[in-house]
Amino acid sequence: MFSFVARRIAVAIPTLLVLLVISFLLMQTAPGGPFTSEKPLPAQVLANIEAKYGLNDPMWKQFTNYITGIVTAFDFGPSYRYKDRTVNDIIAQGFPVTLTYGTISFIVAVFVGGLLGIAAAIKHNSWLDYIAVGITIGAQVLPNFVMAPILLLIFTLWLGWLPGGGWNGGQWNYLIMPVIALSTSYMASIARLTRSSMLEVLRSNFIRTARAKGLPNRVIIWRHALKPSILPVVSYLGPAFVGMVTGSFIIDSIFSTGGIGFFYVNAAFNRDYAVMMGLTILLGTMTIAFNMVVDILYAWIDPKIRL
Amino acid sequence: MTNISLNPQQPKTAAMAERMAEVSGRSLWADARTRFLRNKAAMVSLVVLILVALFAFFGQYLTPWDNETIDWNVLGNTKELGRPSLANGHYFGFGESGRDLYSRVVQGTQISLMVGVVGAAIAVIVGTIYGAVAGFVGGRVDSAMMRFVDIAMSIPYMFVLILLLVVFGRSIVMLFVGIGLTAWLDMSRIVRGQTLSIKNKEYIEAAVATGVPTFTIIRRHIVPNLLGVVAVYATLLVPSMILTESFISFLGLGVQEPLTSWGALISEGVKTMNYGMLWQLFFPLTFFVITIFAFFFIGDGLRDALDPKDR
Repeated sequence: MFSFVARRIAVAIPTLLVLLVISFLLMQTAPGGPFTSEKPLPAQVLANIEAKYGLNDPMWKQFTNYITGIVTAFDFGPSYRYKDRTVNDIIAQGFPVTLTYGTISFIVAVFVGGLLGIAAAIKHNSWLDYIAVGITIGAQVLPNFVMAPILLLIFTLWLGWLPGGGWNGGQWNYLIMPVIALSTSYMASIARLTRSSMLEVLRSNFIRTARAKGLPNRVIIWRHALKPSILPVVSYLGPAFVGMVTGSFIIDSIFSTGGIGFFYVNAAFNRDYAVMMGLTILLGTMTIAFNMVVDILYAWIDPKIRL
Repeated sequence: MTNISLNPQQPKTAAMAERMAEVSGRSLWADARTRFLRNKAAMVSLVVLILVALFAFFGQYLTPWDNETIDWNVLGNTKELGRPSLANGHYFGFGESGRDLYSRVVQGTQISLMVGVVGAAIAVIVGTIYGAVAGFVGGRVDSAMMRFVDIAMSIPYMFVLILLLVVFGRSIVMLFVGIGLTAWLDMSRIVRGQTLSIKNKEYIEAAVATGVPTFTIIRRHIVPNLLGVVAVYATLLVPSMILTESFISFLGLGVQEPLTSWGALISEGVKTMNYGMLWQLFFPLTFFVITIFAFFFIGDGLRDALDPKDR
């Protein structure tokens, strides 16, 4: 187990470094610095600003300073666009929002998707199964940027039941549409994976043995069949997490929830490199770390992977 | 004379052999074709897809309006004057900027399909070559190449893609490069795995033993067996390319005016649906959804048709 974890970390660290170097180099090669504007600043002012942000230092020094700042003080530096805000302020403002609806969506996707898949497998070829299969096929073509406007159209414009956007401190009725829009396609994938692997497990010999010795159905499903059949779901958690993170770009832009995605897209439009890079590193690190945890979890659950 | 009667079955067997000779052996591909043609969902999807492609190529000829002229009379009162109408030739009504939505959708369909097909083609070519080389050469080269893929795959690519688009400017070429950079990774893994398993099959061993040159083995035995997997994966790759492009364009970071794509058109439609101009959302969304649907069903159908395990 230990050596597996160590090996997994040994892949994660170079990945993180590659991500850091790529984003740093891209930012450096960007044409037009963060202070180029239509009205050129006087050379003296520009020099002062560049000195303030340390842009005159050699590249390697800027890089090491930046990394040291993050690692030692969790300091992502100032925003180039908003003079009174640091990247940390932006993270502090947007991150809790994204984390709230992201976590809820993740839980909804895993539990609803998992239960739907199990139910469909147990009642194979029943109306429940057909509904589940129908949902999973439909949801494949409804990514969040299609789902969100449709929800908005139905529940806000036509029915007027739910507020069309905003956050309002995470009140439940502001959360419903973001969560549905973000979780649907992942829920569908999880349901499909669970259903097919559950069906396969239910046909296997050890389940037949369990039936033959007269175990109640409940015990067969939950104690014997569940564990092997959630394996593909575990390996899907990584991609689902990544989808939730990038999905927040869409959710924030349609529902004006003001999460981290809003700031990221805004920074992309304003060429606020400091914010973009800070968020890329933060969210990228989280993604890499999450994938690592999922891999370790998978190896821990799956007896076939020798540690 | 007598030895014929020794085996009363012989005339029958001979007749059977004759009949068998007439039925020429079905190749993998002929077999797959029959199965694919029998798959109703896939066939309907194929027809839908052909219609969408025809719409992209020839749709522009059906309307007198182009995708650039702005009708200044309509602008500002699109809700009343810009409705879809067969009478004035604006079949899909007007778009947000006072342009004919029908020809905008034609243009968007062209671009989205092009991104999907070209992106998938790049991924397939690069991924197949990379994976096949890694699988064939094996050993240290293989593990180095695959370790690189591992690392590249675990980089959260959406961020890198957006960074690329911001740094090098939002253009369709950059979009291709960005999407192409990551899409081949999965393909290379799949092809490598397949190559490894084919390499150890008995028929390859037999070919080697009978002295068939290596290149001929690759051409005659390995590539045809790879092709099934590659074809299935490529069909599923096209919709995922279109999804990525639409995602990026929806955010406004993808193709730029005057070009447009489904993602950009859907995004425009979302912005104006509050004002009741639902057709601006409806038409691009419909094209997007039916095309993605069609590609998924064709991919599924191909997988069922080409998977030899499923006989």
